[in-house]
Amino acid sequence: MSALLHVEGLGKRFGGFIALDAIDLEVRDGERLGLIGPNGSGKSTLVNCICGTLRNELGSVSFAGQALNGLSAHERTRRGIARSFQLPRPFASLSLAENLRIPILYTVNAREAGHLAGPAIDQRCRELLAEVGLAEKAGRRPRDLTQIEMRKLELARAMAAEPRLLIADEVMAGLSHGEIDEIIALLIRLNAQGVTVIMIEHIMRAVMEFSQRLAVLVAGRKIADGVPQDVVREPEVVRAYLGE
Amino acid sequence: MVSLAANNSRALPSFGGAPFVLALLAVAALLFGICRWIDNAYVFFVGYVVVQYIVLGTAWNILGGYTGYVNFGITAFFAIGAYSTVVLYKLVPAMPLPLMMLPGGVFAAIVGLGTGYLTLRLRGVFFSIATLALAVVVQTLFTNWEFVGGARGAYVLRPKLSPLIGGEYVQYLFLLMLVLCVIALAVARAIERSSLGYGFAAIRDDEAAAEAAGVPTLRLKLIATTLSGGFMGLAGAPLPYYVTYLDPSSGFNLNYAVNAIAMPLIGGTSSWLGPVIGAVLVGGLQEILRVTISSAANVLVAGVLLVAFVIAAPQGIVGLFRRAR
Repeated sequence: MSALLHVEGLGKRFGGFIALDAIDLEVRDGERLGLIGPNGSGKSTLVNCICGTLRNELGSVSFAGQALNGLSAHERTRRGIARSFQLPRPFASLSLAENLRIPILYTVNAREAGHLAGPAIDQRCRELLAEVGLAEKAGRRPRDLTQIEMRKLELARAMAAEPRLLIADEVMAGLSHGEIDEIIALLIRLNAQGVTVIMIEHIMRAVMEFSQRLAVLVAGRKIADGVPQDVVREPEVVRAYLGE
Repeated sequence: MVSLAANNSRALPSFGGAPFVLALLAVAALLFGICRWIDNAYVFFVGYVVVQYIVLGTAWNILGGYTGYVNFGITAFFAIGAYSTVVLYKLVPAMPLPLMMLPGGVFAAIVGLGTGYLTLRLRGVFFSIATLALAVVVQTLFTNWEFVGGARGAYVLRPKLSPLIGGEYVQYLFLLMLVLCVIALAVARAIERSSLGYGFAAIRDDEAAAEAAGVPTLRLKLIATTLSGGFMGLAGAPLPYYVTYLDPSSGFNLNYAVNAIAMPLIGGTSSWLGPVIGAVLVGGLQEILRVTISSAANVLVAGVLLVAFVIAAPQGIVGLFRRAR
């Protein structure tokens, strides 16, 4: 498996605060990577730099062999990087089906391969909603959804862009045991379809169950990267989470 | 909420708007016919104002309603259109009015594009304040431009009779505004039903999420500011012929801004029909009050109705009907 995402020497500052300090990260095609770290360690900043929401001052991000530096977020989405937001950010005035229609119209249809027309788009929206178990609510608005349904919509919208890499930013926070299992199963299913997944999560049970590899960020630096069972035993990781 | 079935057509690449445009043209022709039949200049003067507000409200709605960027600087674009006509009237008085209107629309569209570029990092209320500042800047420029009359204003001699259709000249002005209205409404509806409309809605709901879903937010915002500014300029272009005397305080009158915002909000911002309902209702009511009670009371109408609707029916009249369905 070759590297799909290649992050090299990535640095990001907010004023005098160094949010990310020379991060190197490689994600192979088809891999399931877990990314953990205490609050404020720079996980979401890293996601934002990979997705183009924030501009990194140092280092480079390349995807599928192409440098992404300077590309805006929507161009990166079109190249195949999709993300879900930590706090769900649905399009509130649109129905669930229409929420999924946006990435289809602007990402899938913007790519050279395959242009979906009216009925095909509706079909695809229905399929995606069925996949996350929201088929019956296709015509409803996001405000009618529960927390877990909102997370599922967030994931479905990311999936609608037909990404090669999906970054799930804390999609499980605040969910129950059973709901977490549901989301993990969904992400594993997606991965089996060939989508590379980076999962950012605080819930260790989910991370350990899902990840093939685990990377740990602490205070803007990557302090560990490897097999999950080994990584969580590393003294530096234990110290970051439990203190001295 | 529009049903999903009704929305299917929105994504189709073809606008499928030909029957709609024909229907609009029929309504416009009928209106014009009725006004001709009544044969009273006053009807044309009132009709012009109401239809002008439909165009202004629709133009505002493309940016404010569809894309969610509230523009307070309506008078800047409107007056650019009006003053372009004054300039052309002074340079080439023989030019037909429809041709005179075009540069006004183009200039206003360019200013719209520029405004979009300069304010692209401003969101919400900060964008609105910037547009308010734009109106002040443009007004200052025109007030100090001697060629168009400066603070004194400029006279435009209106021909007595309409070209082509005969009758008083105001009939011709009304007809031009009707045609412009048909174009504006056709464009607004086409946007609603195209992927452009979905992109605008995504920007309105959450710009970062829209960008993450692949929507080129900057380009779409610029399309919206350009279209919106252009139609405002076109709406203002015949004004010098309507008022025959244009000075900064009339061209930049606050009423235009208040009405252009109030009418879509009262009618409903989610559909092309909203500004139409708002303009007919508020514009009509204002005119009735102007002639029956007092010429100053009409400003109160838009204000009171706006407050009432924002509190009681934030989706406007169109929203009330959709909820009832």
